[in-house]
Amino acid sequence: MLFEQLPVLQQSILALAAMAVLLSLGMLMHPHIRTVIKLFALQGAFVTAVTAAVAYDLQHHHLYISALLTLALKVIFIPWLLLRMVDRFGLHHELDPIRHPALMILASGVLIVFCYHVTLPIAQSSRLMTHNLIGLCMAIVMMGMLLLISRHKAITQVVGFMCMENGLFFAAVSITSGMPLMVELGIAFDVLIAAIIFGVFFLHLDESLESLDIGKLSRLSEREE
Amino acid sequence: MHTLYIILVIPVAAIGLLAVYGHRRWAGGLNVLFCAAGLVAAVLTATTVMEHGAWTSPNEFWHVDAFNVYLLVLTCFVSLTTAIFSGPYMAHEQEIGRVTPRRMRLYHGSFQGFLFTMLLALSTNNLGVLWVAMEGATLSSVLLVSLYRTPEAIEAAWKYFILCGVGIAQALFGTILLYFAASAIVEGNQALSWSYLYAHADGLNPVAVSIAFVFLLVGYGTKVGLVPLHNWLPDAHSEGPTPMSAVLSGLLLNVALYAVVRMKMLTDGALADDGHAAMAGQLMMGFGLLSFVVASLFLHRQRDIKRLFSYSSIEHMGLMTFGFGLGGPLATFGALLHMTVHSLTKSAIFVTVGHASQIAGTQRLDKIRGLLDIHPGVGWGLLIGTAAIAGFPPFGIFTSEFLLLSATMQHAPWLTLPLLVGLVVAFAGLFRAIQPVIFGTPPEQFHPVKVNMWPVMIHYALVLWLGLAIPTVLAHWFDQATWLITGSHML
Repeated sequence: MLFEQLPVLQQSILALAAMAVLLSLGMLMHPHIRTVIKLFALQGAFVTAVTAAVAYDLQHHHLYISALLTLALKVIFIPWLLLRMVDRFGLHHELDPIRHPALMILASGVLIVFCYHVTLPIAQSSRLMTHNLIGLCMAIVMMGMLLLISRHKAITQVVGFMCMENGLFFAAVSITSGMPLMVELGIAFDVLIAAIIFGVFFLHLDESLESLDIGKLSRLSEREE
Repeated sequence: MHTLYIILVIPVAAIGLLAVYGHRRWAGGLNVLFCAAGLVAAVLTATTVMEHGAWTSPNEFWHVDAFNVYLLVLTCFVSLTTAIFSGPYMAHEQEIGRVTPRRMRLYHGSFQGFLFTMLLALSTNNLGVLWVAMEGATLSSVLLVSLYRTPEAIEAAWKYFILCGVGIAQALFGTILLYFAASAIVEGNQALSWSYLYAHADGLNPVAVSIAFVFLLVGYGTKVGLVPLHNWLPDAHSEGPTPMSAVLSGLLLNVALYAVVRMKMLTDGALADDGHAAMAGQLMMGFGLLSFVVASLFLHRQRDIKRLFSYSSIEHMGLMTFGFGLGGPLATFGALLHMTVHSLTKSAIFVTVGHASQIAGTQRLDKIRGLLDIHPGVGWGLLIGTAAIAGFPPFGIFTSEFLLLSATMQHAPWLTLPLLVGLVVAFAGLFRAIQPVIFGTPPEQFHPVKVNMWPVMIHYALVLWLGLAIPTVLAHWFDQATWLITGSHML
């Protein structure tokens, strides 16, 4: 089945998923902390849109609730919390530079191809759309991980962490048309608590290190003194 | 079968009470009381399961069988003895000003919250809730790791949070893939019900399930402490308060391994007719052996006494993962026994080490000396514990390691060699570090503290008993669990 033969709604879901991957790439490459947070909020908005689209397509009403949850958490609360932290710690003009930009682009490309390759066997037993989506969601998760590994500021690491969660929400909604409501509520609750604990941590990090630079966390290691 | 619900309600009530009154003098006692009530409920549940067999709640939300009910009892038991130790220990920490009353409330509340998430993970039948509970275990314990607010503690907690968060996210992706595979045969909540999926595993898409298993193994394996995602474990154990190290090492790692084994059972069922039937087991054997060997080497370069024993935990968890991966009744029986004896011994060791570091005023191995002279009780406790954990004959760990080695000899003879070498290397690493701590010349300055060695001695007595003669009831119990996991009896 070809892409243009799919119903419009499914085409738009695929397009939104692809754009979410593109946004991940943007977050990976942008050195400016505030912009990274805003890109993250935009990605959250895409996830919300997909959730609502799937809910409308399949007439699954409980998905509207999870769309609302995503909107509240990923588009409003977490970006607001992070931007407030940026204000509080005066990081407006601070950059979180990327060490090897070319290498990062290459790595992301390789990751996306890898994700498609891994999910290829599933394609043989399912529809075209599902295969594409599993690959794309896995790519968002992996790129979130890459973001987390490659950055040295606590705030961008948190964005990486939440970006992985975005990929997972995306997967839950688009591949399986939503986990059971109770599980979704549990996951959303965990994400909320995690965001609050991250906020607490920023204060502790700032107190003990006087910066939010994770590169300075190097007291615990196996090296001889 | 309402006793299962009671096990879960008790810690919830305790969270509320202790979060408010956790700083009072009697809070430690109240903590013990709640844990004791939990143990009673767990034992009652266990006897019902022994008499009437496995039980699944009508809505398929809860499930108890021989495998998880024995872990429930173990979890409640170790949490009780840890709570007994924690009362005076934390009171002392409060006296010397390391924790404020507000943090005592946080400590007691989180302790019960952590216990609740572990019990929830063990008793739920829903794979989604299992994930939520595992993530909840991280969330409820992360602020305990940073309780002392030193730069080291904050760093350890940050690493713990980020690494476990990343790991557990992989597990959620695995769960979603599993749900995707399951929704082909059944709809809604049932598609995440472990008991239903286990009964219908042959209908699941083998490719999707095997990819899901890889993600689940990496995810929950992070919490087991498998190499290469083990970095959080020594940090979190060494920087948090000692009662926390005892429950992290003695209980949380077991619960994570329990989740991995449940997933392996599903995967084995789905791949039974496929060409790669042993895929899940082989992956577990590989990761387990790697963790075992790497951790036993790292034992030789530790300078902190709690880090030393946390690497020993990684080593033992590696061995258990290897045992479950090997499969077969003998190895599974050995691994189940090893889970019990390791959990008992390691929590007792951490309690002893906590006393030792309070006496010496430091956790540095080269500063703690001559414990046998300063405080014979603690000295003997550490000596017996180290002997037991290194696998000396009369203790239970020797028995389980012997069973695992015989199973390896039977199924994969050439893997016996790395196992034996690893055991010897680990043994040397432990004794090289601990020998001067026990027998060396005592320092001139030390802080006498009141210690309560009873919980420790009870643990060692149990481990010794399990090494000399496993009681018939317990042997039968392990055998039931072995039958559940492998499909054949060991006895």
